[in-house]
Amino acid sequence: MSHKATIPIGPYHPLQEEPEFYKLVVEGEKVVDVDVRIGYNHRGIEKISESKSFDQSIFIVERICGICSSSHPIACVQAIEDIGDIVVPERALHIRSIIQELERLHSHMLWVGLAGHFLGYNTVFMWGWKYRELICDIMETVTGNRQNYAMHKVGGVRRDIEKEHVPYILTRLDEFLHHLDMIKGSVLDDPVLHVRLKGVGVLTMEDAIGYSALGPTARASGVNIDVRRDHPYAAYDRVKWNVITQKEGDVFAKAVVRILEMYESVSIIRQCLDKMPAGPIDSNPKDIPPGEGIGNAEAPRGEVFHYVRSDGTNSPVRHKVRAPTYMNFPTFRQTVVGETVSDATIILAAIDPCYCCTERMLIVDSEDKEILSAQDLIRLSQEKTLKLKEKMRVK
Amino acid sequence: MGLKEKVLTKSMFVFHLSSGSCNNCDIELLDCLTPRYDLERFGVVLVGSIRHADALLCTGSANRQCMPRIKKIYEQMPKPGFVIAWGACGSSRGLFKDSYNTTEPLDEIIPVDVYIPGCPPKPEAILAGIKKLIDRINSKSKE
Repeated sequence: MSHKATIPIGPYHPLQEEPEFYKLVVEGEKVVDVDVRIGYNHRGIEKISESKSFDQSIFIVERICGICSSSHPIACVQAIEDIGDIVVPERALHIRSIIQELERLHSHMLWVGLAGHFLGYNTVFMWGWKYRELICDIMETVTGNRQNYAMHKVGGVRRDIEKEHVPYILTRLDEFLHHLDMIKGSVLDDPVLHVRLKGVGVLTMEDAIGYSALGPTARASGVNIDVRRDHPYAAYDRVKWNVITQKEGDVFAKAVVRILEMYESVSIIRQCLDKMPAGPIDSNPKDIPPGEGIGNAEAPRGEVFHYVRSDGTNSPVRHKVRAPTYMNFPTFRQTVVGETVSDATIILAAIDPCYCCTERMLIVDSEDKEILSAQDLIRLSQEKTLKLKEKMRVK
Repeated sequence: MGLKEKVLTKSMFVFHLSSGSCNNCDIELLDCLTPRYDLERFGVVLVGSIRHADALLCTGSANRQCMPRIKKIYEQMPKPGFVIAWGACGSSRGLFKDSYNTTEPLDEIIPVDVYIPGCPPKPEAILAGIKKLIDRINSKSKE
């Protein structure tokens, strides 16, 4: 005898800070199916970007997601630089790498805190967020903002890292590393966490490849991909670092990948500060020729992809964004089915979903109608959700 | 304003509503609750249900899908309740003013008591904002 029950979660709930709606279908304790409805965060960023100039559109993409507010601009400026074959000064490339890695540090630390909170380890939550403040301090010193750094611009970066900042950054990083050692020890050596997380929400390597999972989600399943190494941008090909992979694919492996990646990030920042040459930080490009360009960057959650088409005017004709959670999210259904309700939260948290990033529009062209009304756009948005759902149902 | 409002100033329970924001304001809000800023020392606690809340803290640009839900949530809030518009988007729709998916500013959907500007506001700004709200309640209750 089977009795299925539905548990609605959301859209406004204290679990995660963003609104989204889940329907968990359960049989007793076991999750048999999951349905998700998004759209609470859709702001039409691609369309706004097309009405702004190239310089302004970088500020728009920065506000796609608060956590990835360096990854999206870096991918966007790389796409625009790709159109005009703009050469970026060496020093600017190093500064870009530093900002990108600082962002990864604060994002992974934030994740460790939230994961601890979901598991009932509120001390880890408080620690994680307390020590994340060190990175926010560096950000505030270097860029002037704790979030939304506004560092990247077409042809270079907006602000220089001054000579006086370097010792400050290094001491803060040492301090951070000291706390990171403690968190690594207390999280990875905790026997309760081993029992709680190992073998939970396993994503096999085949599934990770099949779903095109990205970032730490894929690397924890043994897929050795990283944009920073496979398609080097900024100064990543000038420093030595390792891509962290794990074979297991469970929640524990995802935590291990994120924690070990933080050590690599610290190492990259130190090498970049050491090797950073003197010189200009901006090549001051004058105009963008007609053409199209792509840019990608390794955000904390995976690959961010931007496509920009220019017709020679000062604003993009088409701007397409693909964020990593769009690829990672369908793996949630694969991993959560068969697990208990109590594990559903941490399995979802393990992919570090970011709905702000994901909620993009796919279709804007239509053969029959030239101008789409707002209602049509909403319908298209809903159809996209439907498509996503169908994709999630079919293995 | 009477006794009820005055009591609220001692320990304000806040419900966080994200209505199409970029996550930054939401992160800074959680930051406020963690050791460095520690909003809880002023008695402010984040609650899981609007029915337990004294104040509604609203971030984001209030997009089409969220708008009816914002109204519904405001109606469910036990009165007297206060609304805090958080960030540039909450106060004035910010960068997303021209978007096809944002309808009207938050303060035209529900009455707003305090605005905290910034993109995102620093954690110090929310401390100042909550203090302003408490001062406002106090000065009104004296009248």
